[in-house]
Amino acid sequence: MSKGVSVGNKKANLFPFSSWMVVFVLIPIALVVYYAFTGVDGFTFSNLKWVYTYRSTLWLSLELAFISTVICLVLAYPIAYSMSRASARIQRNATLIIMLPMWMNFLVRTYAWMTLLEDTGLINSALRAIFGMDFPGLHLINNHGAIILGMVYNYLPYMILPLYTAMTKIGDSLIEAARDLGASGAQVLGKVIMPMSVPGVISGITMVFIPSISTFIISKILGGGKDFLIGDLIEDYFLGSSGVVNYNIGAALSLVIMVLILIATFIMNHFDKDASTSGGGSVI
Amino acid sequence: MENKTHIIDLKNISVSFDGEKILENLNLSIKDGEFITFLGPSGCGKTTTLRVIAGFLQPDSGDVIFENKNINGVPSHKRQVNTIFQRYALFPHLSVAENIAFGLKVKKMPKAKIDEKVQEMLKLVNLKGFDNRMIDSLSGGQQQRVAIARALAVEPKVLLLDEPLGALDLKLRKDMQVELKKIQQSLGITFIYVTHDQEEALSMSDTIVVMDDGKIQQIGSPTDVYNEPLNAFVADFIGESNIVDGIMKEDKVVEFSGHVFDCLDTGFGKNEEVDVVVRPEDVDVVSPENGMLTGVVTSVTFKGVHYEIIVDIGGFLWMIQSTDIQYVGDRIGLQIDPDAIHIMKKSEYSGTFGDFSSYSDEFDELSDVNAGVSREDEEDE
Repeated sequence: MSKGVSVGNKKANLFPFSSWMVVFVLIPIALVVYYAFTGVDGFTFSNLKWVYTYRSTLWLSLELAFISTVICLVLAYPIAYSMSRASARIQRNATLIIMLPMWMNFLVRTYAWMTLLEDTGLINSALRAIFGMDFPGLHLINNHGAIILGMVYNYLPYMILPLYTAMTKIGDSLIEAARDLGASGAQVLGKVIMPMSVPGVISGITMVFIPSISTFIISKILGGGKDFLIGDLIEDYFLGSSGVVNYNIGAALSLVIMVLILIATFIMNHFDKDASTSGGGSVI
Repeated sequence: MENKTHIIDLKNISVSFDGEKILENLNLSIKDGEFITFLGPSGCGKTTTLRVIAGFLQPDSGDVIFENKNINGVPSHKRQVNTIFQRYALFPHLSVAENIAFGLKVKKMPKAKIDEKVQEMLKLVNLKGFDNRMIDSLSGGQQQRVAIARALAVEPKVLLLDEPLGALDLKLRKDMQVELKKIQQSLGITFIYVTHDQEEALSMSDTIVVMDDGKIQQIGSPTDVYNEPLNAFVADFIGESNIVDGIMKEDKVVEFSGHVFDCLDTGFGKNEEVDVVVRPEDVDVVSPENGMLTGVVTSVTFKGVHYEIIVDIGGFLWMIQSTDIQYVGDRIGLQIDPDAIHIMKKSEYSGTFGDFSSYSDEFDELSDVNAGVSREDEEDE
């Protein structure tokens, strides 16, 4: 009797979560799969051939997302480390400053970069004013660099925060213990801080790489719509901005991206497990 | 001061944080190969002293001398001292063997030699076969042993132990006390041990340094600090003490609690005011007619080995330990032999300790709370 009651309660407790999952995760994924494998004639694999057609777009998306993630990691690591070693007050303020831009709308911030980078934008005008000459070759916008800049700018906090969280878990006494045992500053970094921050690196990479690979706003605003990324393609096929609406192709492309992300996450988690069970000193 | 048998000399060490003096003009010589304990309550500066020796903290003034060489500016990773941290500070991403090998790897020792040393250390701390276990799969006592093995693997000349047994339960703590002492004796290196536990200090140390308020109160062997405390603080902190005001009538004669007693102490001025220490276990209970002092029993607690009896003698509450039971409200007599009386000069601590009027169950709890706080506090330092 009591057992029955407790099981019933457990189910009841899970209800908000499970209904959310069904409505907003399972059904959408099922729809994506459905559209990806259907066409006018019913079931088909033919949508997937579009992935091959757009392989260079897919490759470019992977490349830019990869470069952005690496830049974020390189920038975020020292920032997160010095934050984690600072006094509690500085840590609070630094976290606040890093979160501050996130209170503003993503679109607004990206448009702000546009006004900075344009040929007639703030940076070019300032250069003209300072040097009294034109820089006709200097185009800061509508290129890969601008897209990467936009990705790094928007997603850097998502790299800093998990790294910072992982590093605050490394107690001062662990660093002192390493020093005490004869480790130099570089050895403390390589043998204690780096291996122990692997979980933060993993979640940071995940949180930057995934939105980077699927972005369509940044490439549109800062890439000038010249370089389509996979996100732009998917948006186009669903909304028909370039005249064609085709849910099936859009769903097929989405599915491929999803599978790629799943594989990447799986590999990353495997690294993490290595680090925590067999002494990840050699992982990094 | 140059002395070959001294391994460490601290000279006029002062440390302060945010204008608060933590250590004040501390002078101390540590002999090579001894087991020396810094004993004191939370905030007395014992952990700070240890951190100065380890090189984690630069003193505001004063010199740290290691084997007759000044090592003031030498960073911790270049000092021949190693530390066992309060919470062990083991590397959670490394296995037991990798933890122990850490100090040897950073020294770039050949792998075969490292493996050999790791096995030797595992044997020393009774953890053979634990090589590949991860740290979080070990019990507190086992983690403690890994920490000891890791520090000893690099063959330090001095091992610093910062309340290493604080996190262990009583039984394990007693076992580890014996084991640590055994390890120290077999290796013959200097152990500098920090604790607030007087019983631990008494049972393990060759020398005890009693500290309070950033100053050394007494340095001596365990029997010295127990039997011949220099002031009321030491008498109270180490063991239980009845500390009463007395007047030294002449050599070997002291008056306190309205009675004149024979004692063994000499060298005080005639009619000098002094503090008199009588340990609870040194008082004999007799019938009221035969007692040098008489009083009324106000509380009796059974402690296993003995009864702890609180007696009101003219308003001052004495503690007496006796194997014979007494009953609350009884009038009893007390007899105190000359060798049970210890005389101390008056000090800043006079009058602050030694009366058991506040004695109750809360008293014990209070000292436990302090113990917990001390660890937190000194972590922040």
